[in-house]
Amino acid sequence: MSRRALAGPPQNTNRFAMHDVLSRTKPISADTRIRITARDVNVFYGATQAIRTISMDIPDCAVTAFIGPSGCGKSTFLRCFNRMNDTIEGARVEGRIEIDGEDIYTPDLDVVELRARIGMVFQKPNPFPKSIFDNVAYGPRIHGLVRTRGETEEVVERSLQRAGLWKEVKDRLHEPGTGLSGGQQQRLCIARAIAVGPEVILMDEPCSALDPIATAVIEELIDELRTNYTIVLVTHSMQQAARVSQKTAFFHLGKLIEYGDTEQVFTRPAERQTEDYISGKIG
Amino acid sequence: MAEIDKSGQSAMIDQADERRHIIRQGLGRRRRNEAIFRSLGLAAALSAFGFVVVLFGNIVASGLPAFWQVNIETEVTFDPEVVNIEERPVLQPGQSVAEYRREDLAWQRRVSLANWNALIEAAIRQHAPDSDVDTRSILSIVDPNARFVLRDMVIENPGIVGETVPIRLLGSANADNWIKGTIDRSLPDHRQQLSPEARALADALHEEGVMRMRFASHLFTNVDSRVAPASAGLAGAFMGSLYMMLIVIVLAVPIGVASAIYLEEFAPQNRLTDLIEVNINNLAAVPSIVFGLLGAAVFINVFGLPLSAPLAGGLVLTLMTLPTIIIATRSSLRAVPPSLRQAALGLGASHTQMVFHHVLPVTYPGILTASILGVAQALGETAPLLLIGMNAFVANIPTSPLDQSTALPVQIFLWQGNENRNFFEPRTFATIIVLLGLMLSLNALAIYLRSRFEKRK
Repeated sequence: MSRRALAGPPQNTNRFAMHDVLSRTKPISADTRIRITARDVNVFYGATQAIRTISMDIPDCAVTAFIGPSGCGKSTFLRCFNRMNDTIEGARVEGRIEIDGEDIYTPDLDVVELRARIGMVFQKPNPFPKSIFDNVAYGPRIHGLVRTRGETEEVVERSLQRAGLWKEVKDRLHEPGTGLSGGQQQRLCIARAIAVGPEVILMDEPCSALDPIATAVIEELIDELRTNYTIVLVTHSMQQAARVSQKTAFFHLGKLIEYGDTEQVFTRPAERQTEDYISGKIG
Repeated sequence: MAEIDKSGQSAMIDQADERRHIIRQGLGRRRRNEAIFRSLGLAAALSAFGFVVVLFGNIVASGLPAFWQVNIETEVTFDPEVVNIEERPVLQPGQSVAEYRREDLAWQRRVSLANWNALIEAAIRQHAPDSDVDTRSILSIVDPNARFVLRDMVIENPGIVGETVPIRLLGSANADNWIKGTIDRSLPDHRQQLSPEARALADALHEEGVMRMRFASHLFTNVDSRVAPASAGLAGAFMGSLYMMLIVIVLAVPIGVASAIYLEEFAPQNRLTDLIEVNINNLAAVPSIVFGLLGAAVFINVFGLPLSAPLAGGLVLTLMTLPTIIIATRSSLRAVPPSLRQAALGLGASHTQMVFHHVLPVTYPGILTASILGVAQALGETAPLLLIGMNAFVANIPTSPLDQSTALPVQIFLWQGNENRNFFEPRTFATIIVLLGLMLSLNALAIYLRSRFEKRK
């Protein structure tokens, strides 16, 4: 797949330009491997049900976008994949989620190992209050992936390069990561996540706290990362979903309304609700 | 149509004007309320500041004079007639060390029996204008401890006998009162502490410059004394407080911080932990004297720890400090943003790694503040110490936490009840100054450490 979604500046996009944007994304080939399968997933927060019986297959080496109005459960569903919902008091997950055919909710699975395989980037850039170097080196260090100083430096440089941040920070690796700009911080968080060598990267509205230019940089990065990783992206911006994703899932009130190739969802939505949301009638 | 439009427009303009008018009226009221509230706040802050200034000013003004005390600078002749002692025994060949020690002690005892007061009397009499002042009056202006000062000089250096050496002796507490004017000079004779002759002598010596104010360094090196109040010092109480502080730091800080971390980060939410939580919160509200009673009942009666010892006191204060440290540490742990926890967990850090690598480092300043608050509170506590016997009169500097001792706040309590009020009131304030100084330096240390931790972040 040599095709690249050209991440244009988001401020230039509007619904009328959607076709234009989509014309650059083609549906992924049918023989793509399925990485994550979810079957009949229900999530409860105490007595309230946040996710209602969702089943979904997420392909490898592609970006899958979750869209939907606020409170529709897209972030909750995303957090099922690395069991971050476990950390929330009173949260309960039912159903079956498999990654590469392996059930991640079996009692004998170690969450720590799972999270080493599945990186996560959060809505607000959250670098550790440590140096840039230590931020990236932390994951490999705790998982014992690096043994020597030289190896650590190599991993840090490679990760920062992949995240497109190396040139900007190579001379100040030992300054605090919190001193970077918002967009740089988010790329640092992405570098930190890929330093562990995950198979899947979950991104929970990674650009919502960033300005359009920083957003464009991150979107381009997401598109590059797609060649090696399975990426699941929660976004509020339909333009972003259209620009960077190959598959799009539309959530509403805890239900999966529609799931398909991004081009199809945006141009020929099968469901009335999807169309209403995309055209701005609900949301 | 156009007509209606126009009238509609002017009506809208009228409405807008009216709205602006209402807002402007309301604005005046809001601004007034704001000004009233701000001036009230300012007044509150100023009055609080004023109280602090008055309090500290009073303490410092009352306490500072006690740091200077009347001294008598004269020359003492170690008259061989009076100090009639033989050579100090030396270790003979063939003599056992124990035997030698026994002989040496016997010699020291004989030295003590010499009439040292006669030397002091002679030394002062040479400055006395009228020579028929009685011995009692002369000795009443000198600290009773002076004779031991002379004795120790001879024991230290027996060769001094027969020589005349310059010496500085402490004036007695009553002489100090008289010279400083802390006793009313117009009081009739029967209400004065010194005889008329002694008062006249003190005035004369003061005029001559023999009696003068000197910095009372013995306040920091001597222990409490009943017979010689002028030479009483704080060293015992200071060491007692220091030992207790060490015990509190060594026990309460690690236990408190560890239990706060456990309760906040690891403990499951169930009946038992709820019960523990409620109890810890309640412990913080228990009056300190109850802890003293508990200490007496448990540490002294059950565990048989020595009475009046800093060890027992330190344990009681540890119990008392624990809830403070636990509560404050927990609240600083709770203030760590969830995003930081998520970042660590999302990377695959285990719960323990998250706590120790990321949460704790950002809470160091808070934990430090909590610990200092707790320790400072313990340092100033008096009531529980009274119940475990730390208000006993102890005339030794404790050399270990198992020795009997008192503490600074207890020393304040003891001195403020002393019958020689004129002399001990300023000293009480002086002790308060020392205690406050200790606390302030503790706080300064905390602030210094805190800023270092924050810089590292």
